[in-house]
Amino acid sequence: MSRIALAVVTPALAACSGRPPVLDPGGPQAARIASYWWLNFWIAVVVLAAVIAFLVDTVVRRRATLTTAIVPVEPRAERRVMIGVSVAVGLTAVTLLGLVIADATTGRGLRSLSGEEPAVTIEVTAQQWWWDAEYWDPVPSQRFRTANEIHIPVGRAVLVKTKSLDVNHSFWVPGLHGKQDHIPGHNSSLTLKADHPGRFAGRCAEFCGLQHAHMQLLVFADPPEVFEAWRAAQRRPAAEPTSQPALRGRDVFMSGPCVLCHTVLGTPAGARLGPDLTHVGSRTMLAAGTVLNTPGHLGGWITDPQSIKPGNRMPASSFPADDLQALIVYVSGLK
Amino acid sequence: MKAVAAVALGLVLLLAACEREQRRFSEVAPSSGRPDGTRPSEITAGGAAPAAMVRGPYEENAWAVGEGKRLYQAYNCNGCHANGGGGMGPALMDAKWIYGSEPQNIYTTIVEGRPNGMPAFGGKVPDQQVWQLVAYVRSMSGQLRGDVRPGRDDHMRAKESEMARRPEPAK
Repeated sequence: MSRIALAVVTPALAACSGRPPVLDPGGPQAARIASYWWLNFWIAVVVLAAVIAFLVDTVVRRRATLTTAIVPVEPRAERRVMIGVSVAVGLTAVTLLGLVIADATTGRGLRSLSGEEPAVTIEVTAQQWWWDAEYWDPVPSQRFRTANEIHIPVGRAVLVKTKSLDVNHSFWVPGLHGKQDHIPGHNSSLTLKADHPGRFAGRCAEFCGLQHAHMQLLVFADPPEVFEAWRAAQRRPAAEPTSQPALRGRDVFMSGPCVLCHTVLGTPAGARLGPDLTHVGSRTMLAAGTVLNTPGHLGGWITDPQSIKPGNRMPASSFPADDLQALIVYVSGLK
Repeated sequence: MKAVAAVALGLVLLLAACEREQRRFSEVAPSSGRPDGTRPSEITAGGAAPAAMVRGPYEENAWAVGEGKRLYQAYNCNGCHANGGGGMGPALMDAKWIYGSEPQNIYTTIVEGRPNGMPAFGGKVPDQQVWQLVAYVRSMSGQLRGDVRPGRDDHMRAKESEMARRPEPAK
């Protein structure tokens, strides 16, 4: 009884969170992938139903007649069977050929967007276990970097160039496109397009070590004017802190271990080992989607990152309580 | 009897191998220098007490030595010391040590700096990473056990690995 209840409840639970993002496309390529998936699904349903129908038919109806009719062979029955088998083989071949054609068409469709002139080019460099994103611009002063969260304008083609600094990773935002591997020493790319505003979750889809599961990425598709405002804000160097704790926090940052790995534009901090923190206060998550970006989590992350995400590259630092508070105020104020 | 002894010896060796790759992500490494990197005067009334030598915590941990190797590049040690052959700074893979080759000496060099160019990294590089760097620097001149020293580079480089090096006789 309880087993039956479980069998009923489990699929119902799966339905709670809505459709998985692969089947809830947010852009033209994801829509192509989803329709190809549905085509495969329905063909599989029909084939399965047919196979089961024949099986049931064989077991239930023909058992009695077949046992006596095997020898001697009747030429007419033999011909009927041969026609039946030929039709089945023909149908299978046609179905498979259809799937091959659909596959090739989908593949071409995914690539054809690459012909469109990209409005934004983002160079995403994957490393253990986070994503560095540089928004490219022909004018060097207009380029900027961010990490783990990227914004794209709705309705425009966005070129994402994928690179890796250490091992293989894979860029996968199922609501927008398929997977694209990041391979060290090899540059690849994919073109994204979102057709409605929203937040699309992505993750690394190629096992890359200890914290592979905590290597997440968020893509925000914004209306063009919102995107332009965001981009203009990201291009600016960090604002000068005004409050007393924030000023002290900046001193702690610049004289402590933070400065060895992180960049804050507009200050002497310019290292590239860790994520760019110039506008870290404007992001929603910390540690590549591991915890929410709140002052509490930030403090915990600075003090003991290894218990939040064991094995990650950020070392624990111990600050006196006042310094830590000031540092939290400064870093979370980098909007 | 001999067989039993051989098996026992084998098991003991296996135990050593367990330690070799152990990853200790968050631990408080022994700190002996001053965290702010200041250098106390060595002139002490009645003569200085002999400094207690701290044994490097990662001398037998291959993973930590590998981390030290990564940090050696990441923190730009190779900017001055190249890949151990020296450049603007002294070579690290030979047997000549101006300030001593013991783990404690190298720790102090990194944390407090040395005259003529070596900056003080105390308060910047966390202690755990300093000890990882110490272990790696010692592996460059073959002072660690062979199976602990890094066996290869992550990048293409035409030089022998740390594992393949033999320590030079001290001069």
